[in-house]
Amino acid sequence: MTAAVDIAGVVKRFGDTTALAGIDATIEAGRLTGLVGPDGAGKTTLMRMMAALMAPTEGSIRTAGCDVVADAERVHALTGYMPQRFGLYEDLSVIENLRLYASLHGVGEDEGIDTTFERLLHFTRLEPFKARLAGRLSGGMKQKLGLACALMAKPDVLLLDEPSVGVDPVSRQELWAMVQSLKADGMAIVWSTSYLDEAERCDAVLLLNDGKLEYAGPPAALTSRLEGRSFLIGGVTEGRRQMLAEALERPEVCDGVIQGDAIRVVLRPDGNRSNLDGLAGQYGGCIEAVTPRFEDAFIDLLGGGPGGHSVIAEKMPPVTIPMHVAVSSEHLTKRFGTFTATDDVSFDVGKGEIFGLLGPNGAGKSTTFKMLCGLLKPTAGNATIVGHDLRHAPSEAKVQLGYMAQKFSLYGLLSVRQNLEFFAGVYGLQRPLRRERIDEMIETFELERYLGQSPNELPLGYKQRLALACSLMHRPAVLFLDEPTSGVDPITRREFWMHINALVRRGVTVLVTTHFMDEAEYCDRVALMYQAKLIALDTPDQLKARTATAEHPAPTMEDAFIRLIQAADAEGRAAA
Amino acid sequence: MSSKPATAGFSARRLSALVRKESLQVVRDPSAMLIAFALPVLLLFLFAYAVSLDVKGVRLGVVLESDTAAAQSLAAAFAATRYFEILPARDRREVAPRLVASEIRGFVVIPQDFERRLRSRTEPLIQVVTDGSQPNTANFVAGYAEGVVSSWLVARGGARNAGVMPLRIEPRFWFNPEIETRRFLIPGAIAIVMTMIGTMLTALVVAREWERGTMEAVMSTPAGIVEILAGKLAPYFGLGIVATLGCALISILLFDVPLRGSWAALLLLSCSFLVPALGQGLLISTLARNQFVAAQIALLSGFLPALLLSGFIFEIDSMPAIIRVVTYIIPARHFVSSLQTVFLAGNVWSVFLPSILAMLAIGSVFLGITARKSRKSLDT
Amino acid sequence: MITRLSAQIVKELLSYLRDPRSRLTLVAPPLVQLLVFSFAATLEVENVELAVLDQDNGYWSHEMIQQLEAASFVSGIRFVQSPDQLTALIDRRDVLAALRFPQDFSRDVARGRPAAAQAVIDGRRAYAGQVTLAYLNQVAANVGAGIHAGTTVPPAAVRHWFNPNLVYQWFIVPSLSGLLAMLIALIVTGLSIARERELGTFDQLLVSPARPIEIIIGKTVPALIIGTLLASVMISAGIFLFRIPFTGSIFWLLAAVMLFILSMVGIGLVISSICQTQQQAILGVFSIAVPVVLLSGFVTPVENMSEFLQLVARVNPLTYYLEIVRGSFLKSLPPSEVLENAWPMALIALVTLSSAIVIVKRKLQ
Repeated sequence: MTAAVDIAGVVKRFGDTTALAGIDATIEAGRLTGLVGPDGAGKTTLMRMMAALMAPTEGSIRTAGCDVVADAERVHALTGYMPQRFGLYEDLSVIENLRLYASLHGVGEDEGIDTTFERLLHFTRLEPFKARLAGRLSGGMKQKLGLACALMAKPDVLLLDEPSVGVDPVSRQELWAMVQSLKADGMAIVWSTSYLDEAERCDAVLLLNDGKLEYAGPPAALTSRLEGRSFLIGGVTEGRRQMLAEALERPEVCDGVIQGDAIRVVLRPDGNRSNLDGLAGQYGGCIEAVTPRFEDAFIDLLGGGPGGHSVIAEKMPPVTIPMHVAVSSEHLTKRFGTFTATDDVSFDVGKGEIFGLLGPNGAGKSTTFKMLCGLLKPTAGNATIVGHDLRHAPSEAKVQLGYMAQKFSLYGLLSVRQNLEFFAGVYGLQRPLRRERIDEMIETFELERYLGQSPNELPLGYKQRLALACSLMHRPAVLFLDEPTSGVDPITRREFWMHINALVRRGVTVLVTTHFMDEAEYCDRVALMYQAKLIALDTPDQLKARTATAEHPAPTMEDAFIRLIQAADAEGRAAA
Repeated sequence: MSSKPATAGFSARRLSALVRKESLQVVRDPSAMLIAFALPVLLLFLFAYAVSLDVKGVRLGVVLESDTAAAQSLAAAFAATRYFEILPARDRREVAPRLVASEIRGFVVIPQDFERRLRSRTEPLIQVVTDGSQPNTANFVAGYAEGVVSSWLVARGGARNAGVMPLRIEPRFWFNPEIETRRFLIPGAIAIVMTMIGTMLTALVVAREWERGTMEAVMSTPAGIVEILAGKLAPYFGLGIVATLGCALISILLFDVPLRGSWAALLLLSCSFLVPALGQGLLISTLARNQFVAAQIALLSGFLPALLLSGFIFEIDSMPAIIRVVTYIIPARHFVSSLQTVFLAGNVWSVFLPSILAMLAIGSVFLGITARKSRKSLDT
Repeated sequence: MITRLSAQIVKELLSYLRDPRSRLTLVAPPLVQLLVFSFAATLEVENVELAVLDQDNGYWSHEMIQQLEAASFVSGIRFVQSPDQLTALIDRRDVLAALRFPQDFSRDVARGRPAAAQAVIDGRRAYAGQVTLAYLNQVAANVGAGIHAGTTVPPAAVRHWFNPNLVYQWFIVPSLSGLLAMLIALIVTGLSIARERELGTFDQLLVSPARPIEIIIGKTVPALIIGTLLASVMISAGIFLFRIPFTGSIFWLLAAVMLFILSMVGIGLVISSICQTQQQAILGVFSIAVPVVLLSGFVTPVENMSEFLQLVARVNPLTYYLEIVRGSFLKSLPPSEVLENAWPMALIALVTLSSAIVIVKRKLQ
């Protein structure tokens, strides 16, 4: 094995902040190395330095045998780099983008350029879309094209910065398979990610936290440290959220998440299983030891997840609405010209339920979501929120709903406090009440020390807290979450769901769209959309059970997702 | 595996790929086409038809207090000139409020004792009142009104008035004998249009590459910084030349502006001007990296100075000394004076050469700063 | 509803004014521009360079040259010896105009024959040339007056009302107050909805109980406040700094300022509600602002324009505002005249603001 990238004592500072504090690592050729860590850990900075786009403040990096400072041009020739939002030219077609990068890399001067394109297009399965403008491709296809461009020069080192963000599970699986197949040629591949199931499948991982390298080596070696500490408590029908909150409050519990009808718990190294048995018994569940996964080890390494106690739920009075159905979608249909984005979608969401809306990119889930919260008017059909028809009584309906957008849409030009004031005001909260609620939110989400700053300057976790605070100020009965944790690291994600779980226990209804399969596991029911239609609606466990086969008796949520879509495709072909 | 071609140095192939990419983008991006073609045509038409310093048809009140034949004849002389559109009145109280309301720009009073004044010639014959709130028009009204009276006196040909004009100035307007302001405004307008394409469009497109992350991707390839920057500039250089020639054709065919110099000189001047204009746009985008800020800076440092301080509408000689000094560092100033010359006067190299040198000097300063600021690195 | 509305207004104001840098970018450029443009944007003609080819070398040509050297509009005279030199100076744009006194110039005067000096004027600067010619004619008339006593009386007595000395700044500064305040109002509102759309906060607003009409009012009021304040500062600068006489009614002028800003805010919001991105909004604002300025009588009078463009100028709020502000400064414009010019602005504001509401509503489809 030869070292494809050699990182020695690397420090990077931006002004006063230290992004990387002394990293030593080697990345081997012919292997897929995962670069893992929470947001702000320094992943992108390290990537850019390996790609010779930034110079280390101290220390040195040799990529493909060349120093990134002294020999930057050679590094550029020997590496393929795919930045986070890959720089595709949206006004150029697929083939034009390929041609541009081919010329920039000097490819095709000696070999037939068309063979190269054919090979890449075939490899990325983009042949049918050669002439399409890059701006019109789906998120997954864009990433594949980005990969094709980065592979153009047959690089020795391939650097991929969060290639799977915003990509649906089907495309994600394809992308992963493509990259895996490249290893055989001896290429060194670095894949940075915050999806830990991806990290688990890498040959080696570099785990970064707060600018420091916490672990380097094969993921299994890290996971094996957790042997005997991971448990699944199943068979809990009622109150599994309550149980999770209680479990997380226990000192011996390091981490816990909801997994369909069960909860998964990780004990601290010295934790005693017997206490856990008691808790399981209390809720009538049965406890079973399971193989640890990388995510367990990751959370453990970073000192465990957040507790299970949410102040917000204590302060908030239970939601009292006079019906059992909080949100209802009746034959919702939306057409844009001749294109049907949502086709006759009906479902009811019960009070106090977490309802997930899943589907590949372009399946129509966000159109449906937007119609349900009043951002789009349906072409046909009806949406009601707590009994108020969005078409006829929009203001009454909107008072009942809270909305949190994917991008944390807060006013960056206003301070944190001013944002809170604004959202309280725009929902019509009057003076004494407004003061009270704002103080409550500040206390609950510990925003005190950030009050004077702009939301843009907040750490990601606090940004998310603030966004949640703003959408909860008026105590809505229904909460709409649009990909709430896209690109957010697992710890922040846990904290967020801890609050959501607490709210649901208070009777708040939650509608969520997501790409994260572990988020889908939090849902009571999941609606799967594909090609504008609702193709499945069930509990996560039932969906998994439905797709179980003799070969795969225990499919993951992601497997279930992919198989249901394949089944829908097969059905479509049969019908045609 | 490591037997790769050497990458250092300049590659014509990479450059041409970048140029091709940029050109395709220009053609497909509606806003680039808007800036490059729709806005220039709009601006050219506006400057041709809206901005006119020619005075004609100014509304003028004529208060006829006297009924004599001579008074009538003078009033008729006012009505006959193309400079004025007459509003007849009997009493100055009728016209005074209209002057306040800006319905007329001035009035003349032919007084009751006009006949006596005409005979004695010891007092002015008539009174002219103008609207001083618009000083420029006021000056014209006063000047032309006096002119009408003088010509009227000469035309009356009375022996007594033979010496009305013992000294005359015989004016000859070179290059523009019909004295049409459009003829010198249009070449100026072309300079404004070019500033817009060169500076504003360039600033916007480069800032957009930073925003969309494409700059990062291109930087990670073997393409050198010179190639990247040159690849950006070349298509807009071409676009600028095409737009200039288009504007020149419109000016010549539609607006009747003559091209007395050669097309070659026009082309050379345009090329020289594009160097500082593109350089400025590139510099702005390197500093801003954000479309909104880039647009604002381009507007404030490119468009407005080109409009106001280039001598295109407002005479530079009349500005205070300090502002006159500032105008020398505005590329449009040099371009405007050369363009007016190449269109109206001909190939006057003694005007062109200093201008070209000045424009190239300003351009190399901009490009020099840009090259220093933008190494091929994301470190700032 | 009042609570919701005031929250939006406060939010909007804060987003312009909270950050010292954005506060500066809002206030500093208009004020600097006011200072620079009030001196630079002048149609007066001064500092003229002249060339003289004196082939006469007689008494009267000397007399005339002396007067020219003393004249305030002339900055320098270059004497040349040949017509070629004269041509070269004009060609090179070294001089704006050249005077040639023919050989028998003084002799003609002495004999009582009309004598003519030739003036060659650079037609590339036809406007300045025309003004210069008028000055030259005056000088000629003055010198000529000395020849025949008895004809010293000018044919007409000229009085310039409202601005007796025709100070150009009295004209430009009040106009700039409208122009610059308008640009700020247009940029601020033109980008506001587009920016919120790009950042995603607009969706946040739309899911709240705030109705489209409230959203538009919430964006109108702050821009109105900022625009009016800015215009007032510049009007005060006109009165106190440039010492321009203010003869009209401050109250009526302020009312007109607000109507004017309101109509520009309406136009800005229409642009903003149509555009999807900030880049489109920037282009939109630009393509509106330039014609508004050129077709308002700011640079050149409306009556010089073609008939069609004069009609366009009638739907331009700036045309009306310039009338009111110039009138209020110099002409003690009566309220009836203010009203006459104010109602079209009110109409434009009404039409544009309600279109903005309708467009925002329809975007919800």
